[in-house]
Amino acid sequence: MSADVELDRVTVRFGQFTAVKEASLKIAGGEFFSFLGPSGCGKTTILRTVSGFLDPSEGVVRIAGQDMIGIGANKRPTALIFQNLALFPLMTVAENITYGLRVRGVSRSERMKKADELLSLIALPGQGNKLVSELSGGQKQRVAIARALAVEPKVLLLDEPLSALDLKLRQHMRNELRAIQQRVGITFIYITHDQGEALTMSDRIAVMNNGVIEQVGDGKAVYDMPTTSFVASFVGENNPFAGRVAKADKSGAVVETPFGALRGRNPLGVKKGDKAILFVRPEALRLGKGEKDATITSTVLNVAFEGNATHIFLKGAEKKDITLTVGRLESVKIPEQGVEASVAYDPDLGLVLPEGRLASE
Amino acid sequence: MIPTWDWCFRKEGWPVSRLLVYLIPFLVIAVFVAMARYERRFAHDPTHKGFFERNGTTLGIVFIALVAFWTLFLVVLPYLYMVQESFHPKLVAADRGGPKDILTTEQYRSFFVQPTDGEINTTHMGAFIFTLVISAIVTVLNFAICYPLAYYMAQAGSVQKVRLLMLALIVPYWVNEILRAFSLRLLLASKGLINQALMGLGLTDAPIDFLGSNVGLYVGLSYAYLLVMMFPLYNAVESLDKNQIEAARDLGAPWWRIHKDVVIPYAKPGIASGCTMVFMLSAGSLAAPQFLGGPKTLWFTSIVYDFFFQAFNWPRGAAYAFLLLAGCIALVMLMLRLFKVSLGETIK
Ligand SMILES: Nc1ncnc2c1ncn2[C@@H]1O[C@H](COP(=O)(O)OP(=O)(O)OP(=O)(O)O)[C@@H](O)[C@H]1O
Ligand SMILES: [Mg+2]
Repeated sequence: MSADVELDRVTVRFGQFTAVKEASLKIAGGEFFSFLGPSGCGKTTILRTVSGFLDPSEGVVRIAGQDMIGIGANKRPTALIFQNLALFPLMTVAENITYGLRVRGVSRSERMKKADELLSLIALPGQGNKLVSELSGGQKQRVAIARALAVEPKVLLLDEPLSALDLKLRQHMRNELRAIQQRVGITFIYITHDQGEALTMSDRIAVMNNGVIEQVGDGKAVYDMPTTSFVASFVGENNPFAGRVAKADKSGAVVETPFGALRGRNPLGVKKGDKAILFVRPEALRLGKGEKDATITSTVLNVAFEGNATHIFLKGAEKKDITLTVGRLESVKIPEQGVEASVAYDPDLGLVLPEGRLASE
Repeated sequence: MIPTWDWCFRKEGWPVSRLLVYLIPFLVIAVFVAMARYERRFAHDPTHKGFFERNGTTLGIVFIALVAFWTLFLVVLPYLYMVQESFHPKLVAADRGGPKDILTTEQYRSFFVQPTDGEINTTHMGAFIFTLVISAIVTVLNFAICYPLAYYMAQAGSVQKVRLLMLALIVPYWVNEILRAFSLRLLLASKGLINQALMGLGLTDAPIDFLGSNVGLYVGLSYAYLLVMMFPLYNAVESLDKNQIEAARDLGAPWWRIHKDVVIPYAKPGIASGCTMVFMLSAGSLAAPQFLGGPKTLWFTSIVYDFFFQAFNWPRGAAYAFLLLAGCIALVMLMLRLFKVSLGETIK
C-alpha cells in the first residue's frame, strides 16, 4: 500500500534562519521521488518534516490526504532510513529488522516469519542471528531497508543512504533500491546531492537550492529543460555565457556575451535588454566553426583524455572554463594546449535563461 | 611498629604473619620483574621501543621508583597491615609480639557472636544489613534522580541550558561535606525550616520527625553522591547517537520503550559503574549518617570508626572494615551478574 504525500507551503525555521521556504509539491502514491540539492540546502530538513521529527513553522504536510499536524513520528505511516543508518548495535540483524513489530506487540513467531521473509527480500537469507557489527557496509544498508520495510510503511524516506558506500557498491545498490521499490510498490522519497543517483533512479526530481524548490520534473525535463540558472548549472555539466539580451522572440534569443552574440532557445521568454545566461552543455559543443551566432573562439587550456571521451577546456570569460566533450569515436583532430580554437553548437541546443545564481558560486 | 630480627624469629606468637606483610610487596615486585623478563624474551616486538629507550635511564628509574613507592607504600602495605592486624587479638603495646600475640579469627567471630556473653551479635549484624540495605536504596534513588537529568543533559537540552544545569550541579559541591550535612539537618530538624513551613501552612499539627525516620539520611546520602552517579551516566548517554533514539521512535516506539530498548542497554556499563560507586561510597560514608541519621540509627562505618578511635580496638575495627568490604563486593558482584554486566565494562 502506498500513499501520496503533499507539502502545502511548508516553511521550516530554526530561530532566525529559514531552512525551507514555502515548499509546495505533490508526490503521487508509488512514486520514486528524489530531492536533489547541494549540501545544506534543506533536504534533510524536508525529510524530517515529513517523518514528523520537525514541525513546519508554517504550512502543512499531508500523507494520504490526512493532515499530519500534531501526529508524532511514531504514529505516521512513514519509515525513515537515516543518513548513517542508525541500526541498533546491541541487537541482532533479525531483532533490528523486527523491532518495529515488537513495539507493536506482534508475537514472536510471527516476527520470526517476517524476519525470514525480509531477509530473503534483501538477499541475506539465514543471517538473522548475526550482529550488526559483523555485516559489510552494503549488507548494513540492506538491513536498514528491511527494518524500515518491516513496519509496512506507506512511504519510505531515505536520507542519502548510499553516501557512505564506495562507488561500485553505490551503483549496485542503486539498482537494488529501484528493484525493491518496484517490488513493494510503496512511495519512496529519496534524498541525495548526487545528480547521477537522482537521474537514474527517480520518477521525478525536485531540485533544491537554499531552502527553495527550484524545479520539479522528471530526469529528462530537469536535464533538458531547466527553468532556472541554478538547475541548469547544478544538474549535469553546463557552460554558462552571461550577458544582455540583444534580440528575442518566441523561437530564440541572442545574448551579447564576452564571446560575441550567441543564440539559443528562449522557452521562458526573456526580453530584449534583460540580463540573461546562455547555457550550452559540453556534449553539445563540437570543434570547428559553425553559424556565426553559435561559434565561440578561445584558448585551449587543457586536454584531458578519459578513455571513452576527451574533455577539452577552453579559457572562459570568468573563472570557470568552457568545457567540451568529444566522444572517442568522433573523428576530429584534438587541438593542442595553448592554441586558439573555435567551437560551435546547434542553436537549438543552446538555452537562454534569466540571470540567476549558478551552482557552486 | 618496626620489627627487629629477634622479634621476627621469636617462637611464641605469630610474628611471621607480620613478616609476611613486609615480604609480600617484594613478592609483587618479583612477579612484575618476572613478567617483564618473560615479555622481553618471548613476546618482544623489536619495532617497539623499550621503556628505558623511550624515557632514558634516569627518568626511567625515577618513574619506576615513584610508581613502586605509590603502589607499595600507599596501596599494598597499608591494606596488608590491616589484614594481618584483623587476625590478631587486641593487646596493649607491651604484649605485642609477646606470647599473647597469636593468630586468631576472634575478631571476625565477634561480629556474629558477642565475645562477652556468647549472645548472637544482633546489634552489629543488624547495623551491617541496615547499612547495605539503605545504601542500596540510596543507589536506586540516586539512579532515579540522575537518569532523567543525565538523559536531558546529554540528549535533549540546549547547550546553554545544559551548561547552566551542569554548573548548578557542581557548585554546591564546593561547600564541604560537613557543612552540607549540617545545613540539611537544619532544614529537616523538628524545629527546622521545612517543619515550620509545613506547620505554618497548617499541613501538619506536630513536626514530622524527618531525621528519626531516616529521611535525612536518604536525602543526605543521595545528595552527597549525586555527581558520582551523574557523570558516568552522562558520559554513557552522551555518546549515544541521537539517530538511534529517533530510529526507534520512527519505528513506532513510545518514549518508555525507547529508554528500555535503546538508551538503557547502551548506557548499561555507565549505569553499572555509577551504581557501584554510589553503593560503595554510601556504605562506607561517615559524615552523612552521623549528622543526619536518627538517634536509633546505627551505621556500620560508625561502628568501625568507634572501634578504631573510641575503643582503640584496631584489630576488631579492621576485621569489621573488611567484613563490610566483603559484603559490598559480594553484593555488587551479584548485581553485576544479575544484570549481565562484566566488571571490565564498568571501568571503561
Ligand atoms: N537543528 C537545527 N538548528 C539550526 N539549524 C539547522 C538545524 N538543522 C539544520 N539546520 C540548518 O538548516 C540548513 C539545512 O540543513 P539540512 O540538514 O536540511 O541540509 P541538507 O540539505 O540535508 O544537507 P546535507 O546534504 O549536507 O545533509 C543548514 O544550513 C543547517 O545549518
Ligand atoms: Mg542531510
